[in-house]
Amino acid sequence: MSKPRVAIFDFACCEGCQLQIVNLEEEILDLVALVDPVEWREAMSEQSEEYDIAFIEGSITRPQDEERVKQIRERAKVLVALGACATIGGVNKTKNRFEMKEVQQCVYGAHADDPHLDTYPTKSVGEVVKVDYNIHGCPIENSEFGYVVRCLAQGKTPELPNYPVCVECKLRENACRFEFGEICLGPITRAGCNATCPSAGAWCFGCRGLVDNPNVNAARDVLDKYGKTVDDLMLKVGLFNQEQEQV
Amino acid sequence: MANAIDLNVHHVTRIEGHGNIRLKASDGTIEKVEWQVPEAPRFFEAMVRGKHFEDIQTIVSRICGICSISHSLTAVKAVENALGVEVSEQTDKIRSLLHYSEQLQSHTLHVGYLVAPDLLGQKSVVPLVASHPDVVKTIIRCHRVANKWSELLAGRITHPVTLKIGGFSQLPTEKQLLELKQILLDAIPDLQAVANVVLSLADKLPDFNRPTEYIAQSKPGTYPFYHGDIGSTDADEDVPVEEFESVVNEYISPQSTAKWTKWHRDAFAVGALARFNLNADWLQPMAKATAEMFGLEKGCCNPFMNNVAQVVECVEVVEGGLKHIEEILSDGIKPEKPDVKPQAGQGAGCIEAPRGILFHRYAFDDDGICTSANICIPTNQNHGNIQKDFEAFAPQILDKDPDEIRLLLEMLVRSYDPCISCSTHYLDVEFV
Repeated sequence: MSKPRVAIFDFACCEGCQLQIVNLEEEILDLVALVDPVEWREAMSEQSEEYDIAFIEGSITRPQDEERVKQIRERAKVLVALGACATIGGVNKTKNRFEMKEVQQCVYGAHADDPHLDTYPTKSVGEVVKVDYNIHGCPIENSEFGYVVRCLAQGKTPELPNYPVCVECKLRENACRFEFGEICLGPITRAGCNATCPSAGAWCFGCRGLVDNPNVNAARDVLDKYGKTVDDLMLKVGLFNQEQEQV
Repeated sequence: MANAIDLNVHHVTRIEGHGNIRLKASDGTIEKVEWQVPEAPRFFEAMVRGKHFEDIQTIVSRICGICSISHSLTAVKAVENALGVEVSEQTDKIRSLLHYSEQLQSHTLHVGYLVAPDLLGQKSVVPLVASHPDVVKTIIRCHRVANKWSELLAGRITHPVTLKIGGFSQLPTEKQLLELKQILLDAIPDLQAVANVVLSLADKLPDFNRPTEYIAQSKPGTYPFYHGDIGSTDADEDVPVEEFESVVNEYISPQSTAKWTKWHRDAFAVGALARFNLNADWLQPMAKATAEMFGLEKGCCNPFMNNVAQVVECVEVVEGGLKHIEEILSDGIKPEKPDVKPQAGQGAGCIEAPRGILFHRYAFDDDGICTSANICIPTNQNHGNIQKDFEAFAPQILDKDPDEIRLLLEMLVRSYDPCISCSTHYLDVEFV
């Protein structure tokens, strides 16, 4: 069986998720033994229009980007959204709180109406084309990327965590961030990061998106216990999860 | 001899972000040579409005994956400036130590993974694994040292989580700093090996010189990355950070709707070579010896030598890092608990990102909610200079075959280590 051809594409983002792939260092060679990288602009000069698996990093923010991602979808057998900008829109969606015309004027002033500075409300990749798998996080966990590549190379379905960050945080025996008077999004955020931020003394920013069917009642109980309100929570939810309907 | 060249490089590879090269020439005359930036704009200055002062750094860190530590630190400095927060000497020193790690991380990535393939005649680092395994392994070790270094102090490699307004959410322990010290000491032979490899290939770097104004942080007596005023090779006196807008002088280029920058000339350059040209007198001993090895001297106006200046800085930050660790350990690590109250105000922050000088400015209302922002990014400051280099360099290489012209122009762009995701609120979308 020939190795699946893999391409990595980027849209509006910081390219930090691609950087996490680079940070796999030697392990990239193990992955290259399983798949054939045919296009990865940030790291390679080669380009190709034939690929089996496409990884998409970044959000869709312009009409021309929408066309490009649709073309990639047509060519790819499997499409994977890579990182928060692609999976949930991430910080790019904080723009959507404003009228686009006003956003353009804020940054470009008198040039706001120039046609090439056009923008529209940020969309995740899944809001434009069908996404087969999501690799969550801002940035992604590169171990999870390696796991998904191995699964796809072997024709298996990757299973990603569907329980809240609190589970991993407890296993690491961290003190709860609410005990420090902070708001933490751990109770409603999808795990898989090994509670990186609470383990470094920070609260969970929610970058992996909401867990499916978050236990809203339990989250409300936690807020009540520590004298916090839903509005306090929503200000923090809005960093990475603007417009997530389940909230 | 009719020599018609029509070069369209759509999305130059092995750089961060999207950029295009356009060259059209016939009979030895250039009709058009342009550096274009078609990256999707992201509107960060608009996005941070309405957000709490503690959350600004979390958002703007996402401007760039490669220089997320620089963006976070600049935001933290600007917010503290706006809120009148003074940090302890310990916080200042640990932040500076963390910031060093990003220079090593970014420069190793750039020189080792993105530029080395050009010098060794390959299209990416992947074939180098087979052709030059020892070189690749050494580069990987250096990159891993930098990653461990930032992970220890920032909580993870990319997008730091430990930075807080007024201090840190978590301080390193003495044991961790001693381990880091050993890691850095062990890295010195590898860094020297990388420098020797680059030296052996330095003849592949074109000998192209164009008199250029260089701008970088300046703090006489130091080779600054973290603290300093704004210095220029064209100016006798430094300018305070508070006045950064009067230095960058953003303008609209007639050939491009991108905002570019200029100060004393029609363009200026920032980055490792700019820092070297301003501050080389105060390099640490090993870094100074590395520069001498390459014959790199102050006043160098060859943009390709930016790669060499990055190698020199890799050595500089390891030496500087070791000094910082010694000082922090001898003072002893004291627990701190940042406690910052909101107040209305505005303030600017400045830092040397790996690619050059970076400025942020924010304003806040009484509740500490952001009301406006201005961010001026190094790659953005270099776009105009890349264009001026193109105009001077292209005529010198027109007699070469098209593939070589393409490679040389791409190498020129790569030498600036552009970080286009960063610079996306300034762009020229002429799709070619």
